[in-house]
Amino acid sequence: MARRTFSIGGVHPADSKISRGCKLEYLPIPPTVYIALSQHIGAPAKPVVTVGDKVKVGQVLAEPGGFMSAYIHSSVSGTVKSIGPRKDLSGNNQMVVEIAVEGDEWMENIDRSDTLVTDLPEDPKAIIEKIKLGGVVGLGGATFPTHVKLSPPPGKTCEMLIINGCECEPYLTSDFRTLLEKGEQVVIGTALIKKALGVAKATIAIEDNKLEAIEHINKVVDSLKSKGPEYSGIEVLSLMKKYPEGGEKQLIDAVMHRQVKSGGLPIDVGAVVDNVCTALAVYEAVQKNKPLIDNSVTVTGECFPKQANLIVRVGTPLNYVIDYLGGVPEAAAKVISGGPMMGKAIANLEAATMKGTGGLLFLTREQTKRMPESNCIRCGKCADACPMGLEPFLLNRLSKAGDMDALEANAVQDCIMCGCCLYSCPAGIPLLDTISQARGQVMGIMRARAAAAKAAAEAAKAAAEAANGSTGSPTVK
Amino acid sequence: MTTTIIWTIAIISGLGLLLALTLYLVAQRFKVVEDPRIELVEKAMPGANCGGCGFAGCHAFADSAVKAPNLDNHYCPVGGNETMKKVAEILGYEIKEKAPMVAVVRCNGTCDARPRTSEYDGSISCKVKASLYAGDTGCSFGCLGCGDCVAACKFGALSMNPQTGLPVVDEEKCTACGACVKACPKAIIELRKKGPRGMREYVCCVNKDKGPSVKKACANACIGCGICSKTCTHDAIVLENNVAYIDFEKCKLCRECEAMCPTGAIHGVNFPKPIDKDAIKARVQERQKKAREAAAAAARQAQEPEQIKKEESNG
Repeated sequence: MARRTFSIGGVHPADSKISRGCKLEYLPIPPTVYIALSQHIGAPAKPVVTVGDKVKVGQVLAEPGGFMSAYIHSSVSGTVKSIGPRKDLSGNNQMVVEIAVEGDEWMENIDRSDTLVTDLPEDPKAIIEKIKLGGVVGLGGATFPTHVKLSPPPGKTCEMLIINGCECEPYLTSDFRTLLEKGEQVVIGTALIKKALGVAKATIAIEDNKLEAIEHINKVVDSLKSKGPEYSGIEVLSLMKKYPEGGEKQLIDAVMHRQVKSGGLPIDVGAVVDNVCTALAVYEAVQKNKPLIDNSVTVTGECFPKQANLIVRVGTPLNYVIDYLGGVPEAAAKVISGGPMMGKAIANLEAATMKGTGGLLFLTREQTKRMPESNCIRCGKCADACPMGLEPFLLNRLSKAGDMDALEANAVQDCIMCGCCLYSCPAGIPLLDTISQARGQVMGIMRARAAAAKAAAEAAKAAAEAANGSTGSPTVK
Repeated sequence: MTTTIIWTIAIISGLGLLLALTLYLVAQRFKVVEDPRIELVEKAMPGANCGGCGFAGCHAFADSAVKAPNLDNHYCPVGGNETMKKVAEILGYEIKEKAPMVAVVRCNGTCDARPRTSEYDGSISCKVKASLYAGDTGCSFGCLGCGDCVAACKFGALSMNPQTGLPVVDEEKCTACGACVKACPKAIIELRKKGPRGMREYVCCVNKDKGPSVKKACANACIGCGICSKTCTHDAIVLENNVAYIDFEKCKLCRECEAMCPTGAIHGVNFPKPIDKDAIKARVQERQKKAREAAAAAARQAQEPEQIKKEESNG
């Protein structure tokens, strides 16, 4: 049987999953944590604690600041020291809650035992409510609030739930370890999301470089089938290893053979995609009352002596994590948050981890050296590699010229910033840099236009209503 | 033979006449009457088509100026008052003279003063660099040094100083068209009044962080201490978001703020004499001392009657 994968573009970077043998390990609690108020896509959360408050592990620190927002919980117990701006990993200011750690006292309603809870709640709405209260966001990288994703807009139905276990980024192994060591929890989490969405089918998609995980999850799914009707309809699918398989739209293409249109959402083609770690977080939030206060982080790199897959409390300073494993190695020239393809180079090691932090990667100068930039030779490799069917060489030129209309016409907003174009360019042109800058600018213009259109429509509606009101009702003088 | 030649000449000439007549009639029928003043105004313009006035070019400016009821919304920063006087003469309008402006770079984070904390190896463009991270120094507000402003300047008035890593404005060439202001993603460059004989005072920093972290990032930064705004007797300095700003409309160029600034973030340029900081400091301190004493005396006076009253009621 042919190995299944997505249809256009993609590249094959070296696997480099050198930390795949390292078991998940709990990192000791740091003396101080800095919990950011904006750890998700959408409006920042509004703090509900004040300086000097005593907090426990799992206590709500901040409430959603809008429809598209999420709860933020304390990951430690201690005293709130300050609420204010602090430099994040790119050096920009971000609002954080600083907590000085005292002991490790948890909220009473959190079930900290290891026993599996396989009985699911009856009401799908109750599941979504618990996910919302648990502050669960998508842990695949985009940190999209999960409760919003699980409430499809009226008129749209979900046909299939896809659990993303691809982990197509080189080096990262935290999803793999989660599948191996917490497979049962992931499958129960899958059943929970499936029930919340009211779909019959769920697919756990795993790339075929993780055969142990595929085998293990198959066993777990079989063993859980007897626990109830909710556990039927879950299947495991092996996909061909190719980057960026874990991209939402690529995964839907690979699993369902359906393409999400430009500007569309997965729900438009009847799919909802969630990451493996999100499924685990859903299990913990719904069955154990444990909000999203920690996540698994891969710390790796050829030059890093001590590979590890750590479970880290949200808000732990990065240098605390690194010091625990022996400090920054001499040979390291670049530290990346995330994987080598989509991760962000860290400018400030004092920054703290967030819900979406998945990896810390150390690369040497040799590994990060950029090729000197030369002229585009029109080989078309970037266009071949682009999984979204864009023309990166053209977008690069348009971005340099600052032609926003042409950029929008050429769908720069569809770019998923996977970096395949930059990876494949033989001329060393920093395609991703210029395109991602243009993408941000175009998306800003599109948002402003949408907001203006909405405001104009509302004003027209109000004016029409006012006109109707004045003609319909007699004037009193 | 001759008849053929005559016939040919006659037919070609006739055809030519006929076509000429057709063209003439069509031209008359579809004639676009353009105000002749547009051309006159355009000729009076500098012709750089830089867009500094906010219009697409000099023709678009002329077209709009002729149609406008007055010249309040039309000003050519490149040609300045002279050009505008000519334009006003052609159109018979009055103009309000504007003080000449100049682009000012409000960052003094030189390589010595602002240590580099990381190495940037991405695309050499401020726009791209700003979209990726805060910059390769501890200051997330300062100049990124990739020279987007230099590329945007159509008059060759900007250049990068390799020693400081900061852009330098050539005041003679700068026309205050504002292209660099738009190009800078960090909003460091500002158009300010050129000032009498080019003299002006400005705060050469835009860092909005709190004092200690600013000081750590850059030795030349404004730390938002507020000494300048307390010193200024012309109410020209505003302290907002931990950074001072001098209003160039109110500034009287007394240079007191410059002398008092503890970090040297306030710059005075084109003054004929170098600043005598100690003399100015002594003067300001003397004045402040007197003011304090006067305030204390006033407070005592206000208290005394009350005390007397109290004593009376007690007695």
